This record gives sequence, C-alpha cells and structure tokens, in this order.
Amino acid sequence: MSKMIVKVGMSSCGIAAGAGPVYEKIESLVKERADIELKKVGCIGLCFHEPLVEIEKDGKSTVYGEVTPESVEAILEGKDQFTPILSHAQEAPENSMMGKQVRIVLRNCGQIDPQKIEEYEQRGGYDSLRKALSGMSPDEVIDEVLKSGLRGRGGAGFPTGMKWRFAHDAKGDSKYVVCNADEGDPGAFMDRSVLEGDPHSVIEGMAICGYAIGAAQGIIYCRAEYPLAIKHLNKALEQARAKGYLGQKVLGSDFSFDIYIKEGAGAFVCGEETALIASIEGKRGMPRPRPPFPAHKGVFGKPTNINNVETLANIPWILANGHAAFAQYGTEKSKGTKVFALAGKIKKGGLVEVPMGMPIRDVIFEIGGGIQNDKAFKAVQMGGPSGGCIPAEKIDTPVDYESITATGAIMGSGGMVVMDEGTCMVDVARFFLSFTQKESCGKCPFCRIGTKRMLEILTRICEGKGKMEDLETLKELAPQIKDGSLCGLGQTAPNPVLTTLKYFEHEYIAHIRDKKCPAKVCSALIHYTIDPAKCIGCTKCARACPVSAITGEIKKPHLINDDICVRCGQCMKACPVSAISVE
Amino acid sequence: MPTLVMGKPELEEALRPIIERYKGGKGITIPLLAAVQEKIGYLSGESLDFLSREMDIPAAELFGVATFYAMFRLQPQGKHVVRLCRGTACHVQGSLRVGEMLQRHLKIEEGQTTEDGLFTLQFVACLGCCSLAPVMMIDDEVHGRLTPEKAVAILETYRKAD
Ligand SMILES: Cc1cc2nc3c(=O)[nH]c(=O)nc-3n(C[C@H](O)[C@H](O)[C@H](O)COP(=O)(O)O)c2cc1C
Ligand code: SF4
Ligand code: SF4
Ligand code: SF4
Ligand code: FES
Ligand code: FES
Repeated sequence: MSKMIVKVGMSSCGIAAGAGPVYEKIESLVKERADIELKKVGCIGLCFHEPLVEIEKDGKSTVYGEVTPESVEAILEGKDQFTPILSHAQEAPENSMMGKQVRIVLRNCGQIDPQKIEEYEQRGGYDSLRKALSGMSPDEVIDEVLKSGLRGRGGAGFPTGMKWRFAHDAKGDSKYVVCNADEGDPGAFMDRSVLEGDPHSVIEGMAICGYAIGAAQGIIYCRAEYPLAIKHLNKALEQARAKGYLGQKVLGSDFSFDIYIKEGAGAFVCGEETALIASIEGKRGMPRPRPPFPAHKGVFGKPTNINNVETLANIPWILANGHAAFAQYGTEKSKGTKVFALAGKIKKGGLVEVPMGMPIRDVIFEIGGGIQNDKAFKAVQMGGPSGGCIPAEKIDTPVDYESITATGAIMGSGGMVVMDEGTCMVDVARFFLSFTQKESCGKCPFCRIGTKRMLEILTRICEGKGKMEDLETLKELAPQIKDGSLCGLGQTAPNPVLTTLKYFEHEYIAHIRDKKCPAKVCSALIHYTIDPAKCIGCTKCARACPVSAITGEIKKPHLINDDICVRCGQCMKACPVSAISVE
Repeated sequence: MPTLVMGKPELEEALRPIIERYKGGKGITIPLLAAVQEKIGYLSGESLDFLSREMDIPAAELFGVATFYAMFRLQPQGKHVVRLCRGTACHVQGSLRVGEMLQRHLKIEEGQTTEDGLFTLQFVACLGCCSLAPVMMIDDEVHGRLTPEKAVAILETYRKAD
C-alpha cells in the first residue's frame, strides 16, 4: 500500500477558521504511523470551506471541508459520512472548481509545506535560478520574460520584460529589486496566499530579476497586517541563504544577491511605487511626480525595479517551461494566467487561477459555483478602489486587461467581489469613496477636496437628501479629479462612482426621486414595520431589539418606533411568523 | 499589547536598547517607531521627544511619520484591541451592521477605548480573510463568519477570560 499524505491548510484564514486544533488532533492520531505523512500546507484555494484537509492516497486526492477535531478520525479512516468537497477523479462533478483552472502562480500553493525548502526544491524549485546563472546572460533572461508576454499583475499591466530592460540599461553602481507585497485592495488576498503558501517562488523570482537587471539587493515591502506571510518569508530567506540561493556568489557564480523585508505601516497609497519608495526610505509615503521613473531613480536614488508578488511568482515557471509554454495561455495581448480572490456573495469564495481571456461568467458560475442562496447576480467589483462594478449584462466579458478596462473597471490586482440583489450600488460607490478619501495623502487639492465633495454628495444621496443635479455634479467632478491628480489613487478614485452611475443610474434615481433604496440597505430610506394582522404578540422581536424600539403587550400586536429603530434587522430574524417586513 | 504606564526614567530605560539598535541606520524611522510602539503600547509625546533628542531626528519628522501611517497610535490602547474589517468583501457581507452593534454594545465610537480600558475598537481595511467575511481580529486572533450577535458573544468571552 502506498503512503497516505494528509495535508492541512494552515494559511492565516485556515488558522482563523480553526485549522490549528484540527492539525493537532491529526498529529496525535498519526504520530506512530509510518504509512501516513502529515503536513502543513498553504492556501488550498477552497477557502469558503475552511478548515480544509486534503488526503492523497493511491494516486487519488480528496479534499474535506469544514473539518473539526471531532471529525478527523472518521476522515482518516475513510468513513463515508463526510462528503468530500472535491475529489480529483477526473469525472467527479464537484471538480468544476478545479477543472477550468490552470495553476502556474499557485503551482505549489496547498501542495507543499511552505516552511520546508526541500519540498520546493523537489518540485523543481530554484532550478530556474540555476539555469539562469549557469547558462543564460542577463539579456537572454530579459528576452525570455519579454517574449512570454508577462504583464505586471499589480494593476497597471505594464510588460514586465520591458520594465526589466529599463532597469538593466540604467546606469548605476548599485540597484534594487523591490517586491510590492502591500496588497492594499480591501477585499483581495492573492498575494497573502502566495507569500504564505509558497514564499520561495517569490524569492526565486526576485533573485532571477536581480541577476537580469544587475541588482545585488532585494527588498520585500509587505503589509504589516500579514504577520504569517512575514514569518514564512523570514524563514524562507534563512533557508535560501543556507542553501546558497542568496548571499555572496549565489550557487558559485559571480552573482551576489540578498533580500530583506520592510514592513508597511498601514497606508494604501504606499502601494503606489514612488510612495512605496519614500516609505522604504523611512519617510511619509507621499507619491512624487514621474519622471524620474524608479528604473532610474528609485530606492535611495538608485535604479530600482518594482514588481508585484504574483508577477514575480510567474518568473521561475516561465524560465523553467519557456516563454512559449506561458504564452499558449491567454489572449493576444494578455498572456498567461491570473489569480483571483473570489469573495462577497459567491458560493465558493476562494483563490482561483484561470487562463486570461476566460469569461467572467465562467469564473463566477462554474468555478465559483454561482451566487449564495441562488439569488440574482447583480455585479462584480474588480480593481478595488481604483476599479469599478461590472454589471450582469457584461458578464461575458473576458478577463484580459483591455476588455476589463473597456467596461470602465480595471483588471486590478485580482480582487473579485461579487454582489447580488441585496447590494446597494450607491452604497458601494460611497463605500469606496470614503476609503479613497481617507487614504488620499493630501498632496493634490483635486484628490483631497474632490473626493471629499464626491463623498458628501454620495452620503447625501444615501440619506435620501440627494437632488437630481447631484448626478451632474458627480459627472463633472470625475474628470477634474482624474486630471488634477498626481498618482493613481486620485486618478482612479472616481471609477467606482462612474461605473455605478453608468450601469446603475436607476438606483441613484430611486434614492433621489423616490426616496427608496431598492436593495434595502441604506438605513435612512428603509423602515421596519410589523403587520398587526400577522403578529401573534410573542414578544420575541421586542426582546431581540438592541435599542428597545419595539413595544406591545403580550399576545397583542407589537409596534416599532421608527425614530428609535436603528435598522439592524434583528427583529425580522427573531419573528417566528414573518410578521415583520422592511420597505 | 498592553499599554505600559511608566515614569520618565523607566521610559528612557525601556527605549534605550531600541535607540541603540537603530541609531545611524538609513530609512529606519518606521521600524524604529514600530519597535517603540511594540514596547510601550503607543507613541506618547514624551517618547517621541526623547527619540528626537537622542537620535537627532527632528520631532516634526517623527510626528509626521507617526500620524501618516494608520498603524501608529498616539493614544494608549485598551487591553484588547478589536479590529473589525471594513474591507469590500466584509462590507458586502454586512460588516457595517456588525460595527454598529459593537459600538452600541461597547458604548464607544470607532477609534475609542472603553471606560474600563478593556477594549479599543478600530475599523480596518481587509484582514486578508475575505472568504470568511465578515471578519474581526481581537489582538492576534481572527474571528470570521460574523453576525452582529456572534461578534458581541465573542467579545464577551474575552471579557470573561479576564
Ligand atoms: C494607490 C495605488 C496603490 C497600489 N497598490 C498596489 C499594491 O498593493 N500592490 C501592488 O503590487 N501594486 C500596487 N500598485 C501598483 C504599483 O504602483 C506598481 O504599478 C506595481 O507594483 C508594479 O508591479 P507590476 O508591474 O509587477 O504590476 C498600486 C498603485 C496605486 C496607484
Ligand atoms: S492623487 Fe491623491 S494620493 Fe495621489 S499624490 Fe495626489 S493627493 Fe496623494
Ligand atoms: S430593526 Fe433592529 S432596531 Fe429596528 S426595531 Fe428591529 S430590532 Fe429594533
Ligand atoms: S416576533 Fe413577530 S409575532 Fe412576535 S411580537 Fe414580534 S412581530 Fe409579533
Ligand atoms: S484556503 Fe484559506 S486562503 Fe485559501
Ligand atoms: S474584506 Fe474583510 S477580510 Fe478582506
């Protein structure tokens, strides 16, 4: 009998869902068993079902979800009462989540123990660095990346090979490679998962970049909110140094390269490259005009190449498999794959990697399983605060840079937040504006004051105090903010407003003219009422109400005082006879 | 991370090793302030003045950096720091109602500390666990799939544990 391998998803969200006790329980059960190998892995991708345990046996693998310490014993013994959420037998219907995916960036995520460099090596890790150092000139490496068609995954989609060429050609005695791991889009976790689940792929990508552009120093700028990623990175860096993949004369070549980690301190604008540089230098993270571009004047004034986590994780694969293998995936202008973090009102939220060009419909409905509770799909938000909402009628848009941009959203870094009929689009626009307004560094008046003006208008509309002229004012402000802003934050801040206005203007009008929030979200425009004909006077609602807004005698119809009610919806959940409604 | 209450000599003694570690380095302001905050719980005016004198960095620069980044706190914190995620995924899944409930329950606004010093409530943007939305983090522990009631119940387990 072949050995059984048991993998427990121990990324930070796995731990949050309770993977720790599950792991300990399995550990205690299999301690004495030579035929079972237990390991901690990163994100398995089916995050909606965490804690996750994957069992590999006789060449077949099965994933179990929502595992508890109580259920592990039965799972290990293969008892049937736990239905696997995914089995890797080709014909299994639950396979649609994995079937359409192509795993390049996530090739090791959920497969290997990220804290063991040997497991990365066994899967070909660091072979690409070796290949570059022993048989390729820096020019050849850059050519390979250029021909692969890889474009930056941090948002803007600039061709990576071209960026490397600029940094390579820049004159300077010392240069830097910076990995942008600031992942500021609130609702996205691709980079966190890669850093936690496969840190060596990013380190190897950085080392290859260092060789290509002639840099000796690498810096990973990581959000401080990701403590587990930082821990795994630190451990991986130590291991890579010990094995000679980093440090003086890497793998016996003339190339020396090392990496340190710089923790961010919680400012969204620091994801912008010039602000990021200022932050690395210990200053306030304020963007500055470009040129000079970082390729010429970056960290401490030296030529610097900045790439996103996912961009860098692609590099070792491209060198190992060749540019043509990479370019076979995707569309004419967008090659390879893209990792998306599916979240919001989607059934199977999680981390997925698909070939570029796949229609959004397939990502959401086939891979993501559709909308929670089978409600109607309304829109998907892509690109975070810089992006926009793509409506149901555009759901066949292929995921590639140009097509997404044509909708008014942007590809962004890979967050896909799915919205259903219960999401108010005006509220979403206000949500993003309040985010950008808070995160504006304040340098440009148009960004600082313009976003504030927009936010005031949106707040007014959500409160039912909007005027029809407000819509015109929003449309006028948008281009002014775009043109008057120095950096991407301000330039893209109006996008969430513009896309919702473009596709959901009727919702704005309902708020303004009818004083109604069609999705029943905006507090000021909704009212909870009790139908006296249905109410049996059980008092449950009154006891559930956190602000004592409900009065009534036992066995008599109850009444809600609308002035006190804070629209929490508790009473509606508590009522046994559905006597309470919201309009 | 509890906030330490200390007199001037103790404060200076606590900060001395940190100053030694970072003195003269380049681009050290952020890790320096992070280390001080880690040590004493927040960035008090006295601690920044002391750093400025000892390290020869203008106080205005230290204050400038400390106020720019969300991570730095200029006020003492409660015993438990509650960070409720207000990122997009959590917003769509109803974190606003959770936040309103927590504010009512604790009788404080976002950014404030309860009178008994037990809880500080903060709203943050994305904790990276979006598929468990809505999410909050209490100290270093993440709690997901929240409802307003569940969030309050979790808070109460911390109160009881004290
Ligand atoms: C406000 C703002 C925030 C950004 N945040 C990030 C981020 O969190 N992560 C990231 O990789 N890129 C971010 N970017 C894009 C970077 O400036 C830069 O384009 C990117 O890191 C380049 O890497 P790439 O070419 O590999 O995509 C942001 C840009 C702006 C304007
Ligand atoms: S556009 Fe906004 S965030 Fe960017 S530099 Fe100007 S004020 Fe700062
Ligand atoms: S919605 Fe909430 S506040 Fe309003 S009456 Fe019902 S329980 Fe009370
Ligand atoms: S819970 Fe429903 S039935 Fe009971 S008193 Fe309230 S409205 Fe009436
Ligand atoms: S399994 Fe948790 S991040 Fe994906
Ligand atoms: S949006 Fe809340 S954890 Fe990401």
